[in-house]
Amino acid sequence: MTDLADLSIADAGRGLRDGEFTAQELLDATWRRAAVTEAHLHAYLVLDREGARRSAARADEELAAGTDRGPLHGIPVAVKDNLSTRGVETTCASQILAGYTPPYDATAVERLRDAGAVIVGKTNLDEFAMGSSTENSAYGPTRNPWDTDRVPGGSSGGSAAAVAAGSAFAALGSDTGGSIRQPAALTGLVGAKPTYGLVSRYGLVAFASSLDQIGPLARSVPDAVDVLSAIAGWDRHDATSYPGDVPEMGRSLDAGVQGVRIGVVTELMGEGIAPEVLAATASTIERLAAAGAEIVDVSMPSTEYALSAYYLIAPAECSSNLARFDGVRYGLRVDGGTVEEMMARTRAEGFGPEVIRRILLGTYALSAGYYDAFYGQAQKVRTLVRRDFAAAYEQVDVLVSPTSPTTAFRIGERSDDPIAMYYSDVCTIPSNLAGDPAVSVPVALDGTGLPIGFQVMAPQLGEEMMFRVAAEVERSAGFSFRAPLATSEVVEP
Amino acid sequence: MSVIPEGWEAVIGIETHVELQTRSKMFCGCRVDFGDEPNTAVCPVCLALPGALPVANEAAIDGIVRIGTALDCTINERSLFYRKNYFYPDLPKNYQISQYTYPVCEHGRIVVDVDGEPTVIGITRVHMEEDTGKSLHMGEGGRIQDADHTLLDFNRAGVPLVEIVTEPDIRTPDQARAYGAELQRIVRTLGVSDARLEEGSMRFDANVSVRRAGTSELGTRTEIKNVNSLRSMQRAIAFEIERQVEVLAAGGTVVQETRHWNEATGRTTAMRSKEESEDYRYFQEPDLLPLSIDERWRNRVKASMPELPAQLRARLVAAGADERTAGLLADSPLLAGLFDAAVRAGAEARTVASWLTGEVVAYARRVGASVGELHLTAEHLVELAAMVAGGELSATAAKQVLTGVLAGEGGPRQVAEAMDLLQISDSGAIEAVVADVVADHPDALEKIRSGDAKPIGFLVGQVMRATGGKADPKMVQEIIRRSAGL
Ligand SMILES: [Zn+2]
Repeated sequence: MTDLADLSIADAGRGLRDGEFTAQELLDATWRRAAVTEAHLHAYLVLDREGARRSAARADEELAAGTDRGPLHGIPVAVKDNLSTRGVETTCASQILAGYTPPYDATAVERLRDAGAVIVGKTNLDEFAMGSSTENSAYGPTRNPWDTDRVPGGSSGGSAAAVAAGSAFAALGSDTGGSIRQPAALTGLVGAKPTYGLVSRYGLVAFASSLDQIGPLARSVPDAVDVLSAIAGWDRHDATSYPGDVPEMGRSLDAGVQGVRIGVVTELMGEGIAPEVLAATASTIERLAAAGAEIVDVSMPSTEYALSAYYLIAPAECSSNLARFDGVRYGLRVDGGTVEEMMARTRAEGFGPEVIRRILLGTYALSAGYYDAFYGQAQKVRTLVRRDFAAAYEQVDVLVSPTSPTTAFRIGERSDDPIAMYYSDVCTIPSNLAGDPAVSVPVALDGTGLPIGFQVMAPQLGEEMMFRVAAEVERSAGFSFRAPLATSEVVEP
Repeated sequence: MSVIPEGWEAVIGIETHVELQTRSKMFCGCRVDFGDEPNTAVCPVCLALPGALPVANEAAIDGIVRIGTALDCTINERSLFYRKNYFYPDLPKNYQISQYTYPVCEHGRIVVDVDGEPTVIGITRVHMEEDTGKSLHMGEGGRIQDADHTLLDFNRAGVPLVEIVTEPDIRTPDQARAYGAELQRIVRTLGVSDARLEEGSMRFDANVSVRRAGTSELGTRTEIKNVNSLRSMQRAIAFEIERQVEVLAAGGTVVQETRHWNEATGRTTAMRSKEESEDYRYFQEPDLLPLSIDERWRNRVKASMPELPAQLRARLVAAGADERTAGLLADSPLLAGLFDAAVRAGAEARTVASWLTGEVVAYARRVGASVGELHLTAEHLVELAAMVAGGELSATAAKQVLTGVLAGEGGPRQVAEAMDLLQISDSGAIEAVVADVVADHPDALEKIRSGDAKPIGFLVGQVMRATGGKADPKMVQEIIRRSAGL
């Protein structure tokens, strides 16, 4: 019999409603799984056993009383630890927030609760979501359930590892330059970054406000759609949230791609991309063509500069966003002779090296005399990227590319080379700069058995078409592999 | 009051911060209430908890559009928020949401009058921002450098704050004070803020430089902070002008710096020099959309403008008040309202104006009450003015009656009767008394008839004595002259 922890959200929901098992039993299966996998992975920073137990019990009572909150009712999900959770410690994997327990829920978290989801815990991440490997956590790295010597990607690596290993049915992540899609690709999951503004950022601890978006990591396209549908929509607490109707994201999952125009970004199909990743991407495109899609090569010249622009804009915004961590009101305080000294010591001791690197970079980029050359110039590149995308979407419905230039790399392999690490996001960053939605879908394993992700990008609010194509990619790839560590049997380390 | 040293000219610009008294704060739903226990009007947004986001308060935007409209500004259709980055413990985010390029209002003007000389002061910009919390430095000195520890109250953090920046068009401390006073009147008239300097809901910083008269190059300026009244702004600027002139005249140079006004010593002292001042690293606030203030909004505000102080003064003057009195009346909406109503009901403008700015204000001050607390209505003023015009009360008696009315002793007639101040203005009654007096002093009448006017005064005095002082002396004189055939 299948372990309950490995069910799809749809199957789990069916079983719950048919009375085959209860939400509390789903949760127990999740705990059993976590008990085995956490020893190897360290996907979670906090497991909220008490809160989850109450939610699961309530989900059962409600279902018994005929109250059905929809697809996520009674489903155990995890939340990245840069999302504020009332009463549950939220550290962003940073020492500076050690012991900080928020008095409020992020809107996305509140919506998960309203949808009946059972929040099992807070997942590990690169400190303040800055990184592509989840090695930059002050509380230790998360490992990849496909190969525990390797990184799960990042910054939403904890969420990715948990869902891939079955210690959550799905998870929320945040994506500033690829932090949902890249770990999804490296762990064989579906990971979606929605249109900027589709999901409220209220309660998401800001890294780069104009780029951050919350989205799902899940084991299938339909699961991802269920989670995203639950959290999307206007929020009065976020002035940048989209005030119109939420796209019907799941409506066309079975529609196929007959006649859909698919653009292949030529700049992301060559240099710097691992041969096996290129090959898997090419064969996915062939399958889409075989399913009736019209394939077009599209050139996006600005992609070349997107990475550099991103590494000015994101640090600039982060340097300001992270200024509030000063030891005055919450979190770590390291005493000093004067208030300035206290602030400086708190920040020097509380932030890790990558966070400090980006704060310095961003402070410099915004400084008088350098603003025009750095931040100003980066904003111009951002405009060019948007234009490239807009021009492309006049010819095609979606764009495709690899998600990550490589499969999962070894822990420590890129830690001493920030530039190589930054390059992990080369395919994913353009969508953040444009504010467009993009999703990664697993399509194959490489020669060493590590998953390869395929990226589908769409114009703003084009989620319906994006998921339609993603569903076809998923069907045609027939990717049914599970991470070796996705098991509740005790595994020897 | 203050005199610029001969041969020198001062160039002054003023930055004013006004807290808007909206119901909620600029970027969150917390109430704006200054009487609260510390740190009770706070939430995740104004405490800058991780993940909290700002949402702009439309009522505050409406308030700044009102201010900008009153100051004759261009209201920008599209306006941007910026982050001004600096670290300070009472600034929760360690950046202030403010404006930089594209403020809400630009290019306005205000006309101030100093000794009857109108001066136009340009308004560079009026922009929207948020207030900081309050630091309470415990220990010696009351300043952060000397503090033993500091207590923070974030109730004020995030209160809507409007900054109004003038062009360097001001030349004298008197003009600066007049500008501050006029701005305060405007803001109060608009009802967007109580604009109290002592309580900090209106705060002035003055930029001052001096140069040789007749030159056009700007000198190095200093910025004066901590002026808590219009008078101290005037004094601080005067001190600073004198100080800078002294420095330059002695061959020294003025250092660009921020200077702290000390009310007790009457001096400014250096706080920090601008060389070591911060780079605020302004960049557009990514958490807020550009503000859009469309023509409908601008027109709605224009249509809802109240009568502004300058318009009110002009109208009071047109109604018969002199410039000075009009200014005094316009300073108090209550006085202006009483004047307005009384004059409209037919009372003589100058008389009413002089009562209001004289007896009424003096009485209120004497008993320590506000004008609103006095027992005075426009009807009282109309009745009292009519009694004077009708000869029933002398000007002096009217003032006595007014004091009685103010004290709540009753209406003017009632008070006048109770005080026995009504004049005999019945000509028949006076004629009878005059006839008696003339009969007693036939020689006096003869002298008058022969062209000697001196005895008229004597006869009037006799009549007044006979009537116990209640006859209308003008009428008595007239009747005596008539009796003498003049
Ligand atoms: Zn608040």
